[in-house]
Amino acid sequence: MRFRSRRLPALALAGVLLLVLVGCSGGGGSGSKTVTLTLWSWLPNFQDEVTLFQKAHPNIKVRLVNAGQGTPQYTKLRTALKAGSGAPDVVQIEFQYLPTFSTPGYLVDLAQYGANDIKGQYADWTWSQVSQGGKVYAIPWDSGPMGLLYRKDILDRYKLQVPTTWQQFAEQARKLHQANPKLYLTDMPLNEPGMLIGLMWQAGARPFAVSGTNVTISMNSPAVIKVLDFWGGLIKEGVVASQPDFTNDWYAGLSKGTYASWVTAAWGPVFLQGQAANTSGKWRAAPMPQWSATDNASANWGGSTLAVTKQSKHPKEAAQLAMWLMNDQAPTKTYVTKQFLFPTQRPILDSDWFAEQPYAFYGGQKVNQVFIEASKHVATDFQWSPFQDYVFSQMTDLLGQASQGKLGFGDVPRKLQDNLVSYANSQGFKAAGA
Amino acid sequence: MRAGTDRAPTAAPAAGPRPAVGARAGLAPRRAGRRTAVPYLFLAPFLLLFCAFLVVPLAYALGISMFVERLIGGGTFVGARNYLHAFTDPSFLEAVRRMALFGVVQVPVMLGLALLLALLLDGGLAYARRLFRLTFFLPYAVPSVVAALMWGYVYSRDFGPLGQIAQWLGFGAPDFLGAKAMLGALGNVVTWEYTGYNMLILYAALQSVPPELYDAAAVDGASRWQVAWRIKVPLIAPALVLASVFSIIGTLQLFNEPYVMQPLTPMVIGSHYTPNLYAYTLAFTNQQYNYSAAVSFALGAVVFIASYLFLFVTDRRRRAR
Repeated sequence: MRFRSRRLPALALAGVLLLVLVGCSGGGGSGSKTVTLTLWSWLPNFQDEVTLFQKAHPNIKVRLVNAGQGTPQYTKLRTALKAGSGAPDVVQIEFQYLPTFSTPGYLVDLAQYGANDIKGQYADWTWSQVSQGGKVYAIPWDSGPMGLLYRKDILDRYKLQVPTTWQQFAEQARKLHQANPKLYLTDMPLNEPGMLIGLMWQAGARPFAVSGTNVTISMNSPAVIKVLDFWGGLIKEGVVASQPDFTNDWYAGLSKGTYASWVTAAWGPVFLQGQAANTSGKWRAAPMPQWSATDNASANWGGSTLAVTKQSKHPKEAAQLAMWLMNDQAPTKTYVTKQFLFPTQRPILDSDWFAEQPYAFYGGQKVNQVFIEASKHVATDFQWSPFQDYVFSQMTDLLGQASQGKLGFGDVPRKLQDNLVSYANSQGFKAAGA
Repeated sequence: MRAGTDRAPTAAPAAGPRPAVGARAGLAPRRAGRRTAVPYLFLAPFLLLFCAFLVVPLAYALGISMFVERLIGGGTFVGARNYLHAFTDPSFLEAVRRMALFGVVQVPVMLGLALLLALLLDGGLAYARRLFRLTFFLPYAVPSVVAALMWGYVYSRDFGPLGQIAQWLGFGAPDFLGAKAMLGALGNVVTWEYTGYNMLILYAALQSVPPELYDAAAVDGASRWQVAWRIKVPLIAPALVLASVFSIIGTLQLFNEPYVMQPLTPMVIGSHYTPNLYAYTLAFTNQQYNYSAAVSFALGAVVFIASYLFLFVTDRRRRAR
């Protein structure tokens, strides 16, 4: 109701009080033999794997809570962490938000509980995302190395090739839209900063370098400018759509064939299968187009980890829970077979059963192979900022202005850079442009 | 000193009309003490909740609005600096300007419609008056989040019914969620939601107009139009002013509708589309809780000034008549 949704600080306070109350009722029982842990995650049917853990560890009880997917959960988590109580022992955090929570010191260094012993079992880049030096702030769960899903039937009909470079991609986009003005080679959702950062990652951008409270920000680097110019140009030409993704119109565009391809991540193939069932058999997967024909670079978009919060009264057991769920053979296999997550664990990435699995939706193609290969070409030196919410919100705002013509796409990197540096400084970081 | 002595004699007669109460109190002083305590006792549950959920949070918010807390390095007291920043913050000012534009168009349209409907119902022109009254009021009973979701579906370009009809007829699908139409589209949702509510306020006011006036007007040969324009509207002017003030406050605090529609059109509804949306983003995305509190209070000040100005202008005009 528009008269009533005021007084946000008051609401926030009420929320804090509530969480404090909730926090008081949970936990406890450190004297008794069994330990109760709270685990926050939004993965559907996660209880199956949690039950497996409890069977293997009768002295640890786990209370699984779905506190919202992504942002809503982070808001609750942050409130609880700030309030000093009410946070779970173990929590799902996406890769891009790890520094946001580890930099203020909210997460337990899992190295002291032997996390580094399992380091070798994860794809290199995933481990470098969860660790800093010898410190380990989370255990990788699933990931999203990027690739291209495309409609083979549409490309065939208009005699187009599967683009292997971005230059080719642009040419094919023009040809397709010229041949049929109702069709677009793809949709570039400017509201999806995670995907855009993935594209910048692939182009070689390293927007953030964090060391303690020193943050080096390079959001107006040539690689960032290259990516934004490329997509901004295609959007301006009108040969690529720019609808926001994961909206009804966008789903309709995918199932009706308005968009002939989707630049996406390894979790995309199964997701698409559920959203555009009527197009079964017409899709194929290909590696990401490259900036130069001799390159072979991918990037990551999405994926999660499990971390242990400093509020946990049983960090040892919490670490045990996180590591077992992320590393034991039984649960790590069911994430892939039941929940269709794309793994970070080498034993699965290297296994034949995973690589050889055919997908009827993709005309029997062994889609996983494309993304397993992509996972090997994700640069390991990419870092996220310690204030990723702000980065994403600024990107969406500025790109929104650019898409309305209030700002040139070419002006976005410089403005973004200025805003981020001044925000970082105002938040007490020592920020410098690069 | 002289002032004090001057006042004394006037104070005495002022106390004059109350001897009865004073006398009774004098007879039973103990009971009087209890009697003054009793109302407060009855008020206590309300006062307690009022303090706990309004006064204390407001005071708390006012308090934190004068600090700056950093992600690194803790908090410092900055006094009014957050407020100075808010009133020169282009994002906040843009949001306020946008809502001002919204209000200047939407509020008169909505109240005009509400007045028209109220007059129609009151004039006995409509059949099945109760049914119509209920129907017009119904949108107000729909939670605004549900209303925004519903309209979001209606507006969506390829998926919504309007877009499909337009395409079927061979027109291009109208982009209601685009940058140009968005404010109007939101105005339509808000009008849909609140016209019935305002109609009810005006209709209730019309019910209290003494019927003799209509008889007198009929004797004088006034037309229905004249009765409506010369008698009904002037007599319900206070209700119209009240409805306008509520609408001005509501407009400046617009939040639910743009918040729900944001995922549908994130490029258009940015983080500071309305002042409240901006306060929300500041607190929960940017983690600038202190500044967010200051922006909330700054918005409160804007709301107060806008309402006061409106009342001032309408009051002067009424007196001028």
